[in-house]
Amino acid sequence: MGTKFDLSQVPEDLENTSTLDELADVAVRMRDDLGLDHITYHWVDGAGDQYGFTTYSDAWDEQYRERNYHRIDPVILGCFQRFHPVDWKQLDWSGKSVRAFLRDAREHGVGNQGYSIPLRGPIGQFALLTINHTCEDDHWQRFIATYSRDLIVIAHYLNRKALEFARERQPEIQRALSPREIDAMTLLALGHSRAQVAHTLSISEHTLRAYIESARAKLGAQNTTHAIATALSRGLIVV
Amino acid sequence: MLRYLYADELHRFPALAEGMFRDRADQFKTRLGWDVAVDVNGEERDQYDTMNPLYVIWEEQDGSHGGSMRVMPTTGPVMVNEVFGHLNSGLPICSPLIWEVTRFCLSRTASPHTAGAIMLSGGEMMEGFGLSHIAGVFDARMIRIYRLIGSSPIVLGSQGKGRDQISVGLWPYSPDDCDRVAKRAGIPRDLSRLWFKTAFGNVAQHRFALSA
Repeated sequence: MGTKFDLSQVPEDLENTSTLDELADVAVRMRDDLGLDHITYHWVDGAGDQYGFTTYSDAWDEQYRERNYHRIDPVILGCFQRFHPVDWKQLDWSGKSVRAFLRDAREHGVGNQGYSIPLRGPIGQFALLTINHTCEDDHWQRFIATYSRDLIVIAHYLNRKALEFARERQPEIQRALSPREIDAMTLLALGHSRAQVAHTLSISEHTLRAYIESARAKLGAQNTTHAIATALSRGLIVV
Repeated sequence: MLRYLYADELHRFPALAEGMFRDRADQFKTRLGWDVAVDVNGEERDQYDTMNPLYVIWEEQDGSHGGSMRVMPTTGPVMVNEVFGHLNSGLPICSPLIWEVTRFCLSRTASPHTAGAIMLSGGEMMEGFGLSHIAGVFDARMIRIYRLIGSSPIVLGSQGKGRDQISVGLWPYSPDDCDRVAKRAGIPRDLSRLWFKTAFGNVAQHRFALSA
């Protein structure tokens, strides 16, 4: 962990994967290159479905699920609904049950240092990329200072790719657009301004915005332009 | 002092939150005449307030709202892309290292330097979370205010003329800008970092190594 390892290839490697296993391979290779103990990616969708990978031991994975540790894990509680990266030292590890959880984690090989990056999907999915290690505080601070920005970017690429696989996994959850949403998206795709579209559909721009927003959410798109492109590519609108 | 609060933490400061949403109604609806929705309690909110954004709030000595802004990551739904995308020729601003700032608001009775203090929080967030830029949409009158505060954006695109001109811009992270804004706002950086640390814990040293 002395000199800085060049991570610039990682986003491209992630981009070239086509399964979650391949994605995990890239992440684990990065962990090895950085000389870290563990890496974990954990994704939860609106329906509570979970998805991801971890290098923690199977025993810890099982213990965690069996004891429902996600209910008290300060990392989950401290990152859920947030979007800033979190050093585990910032979290509240006090309280009897939390201290017992921490002891159990340490006994199962979880390191004393962690850095977790919360990720927000376009339709409210929540994911977390965590790196974990065993070392002194000042060592960890230097490591994070050196790599935090790279890790934030990599976490983002990884999450985007995982969401792509998730969509492929569950094609049935693709929701159809309503007639009004189809009208609005079609007119926007034709290059009309929002004002023109609102006028054509005899609705206020405020209402139009609501249709665009609901279409965007259904399509899992980042923004209106992305939504139009997605709707076109899926054949939901024709221009 | 500056408070950094996610929407789901606002309940701990009810008066401050109420003041913020009322002052937003006062600024955007009453004074600027924007097409924003104000509820029966006289509070202005939009769909983005339901997505658990982060608010930066200047709290006056008496505990009241002096000014505030709303912060969201550009990897999720944001106004620069969804509402003002045309200002940047429809090219989305989407990066885990760029956060959007909207609803920059000052109360009528805000103490001097409130605007500068809020701007300073942008620098603290960029420094503390390793961000490269803050993105925002602003009208013509704000350009002069930003210059006075000590931090001017790079303008990506504009629409309209004169007073009605609105623009989208980026503030790149710059330690010099942070120090200048702090100095003009009369807030020592140590104090500003302390407020940040109070909210997020000991992360102020996360700035990536410039030598790397």
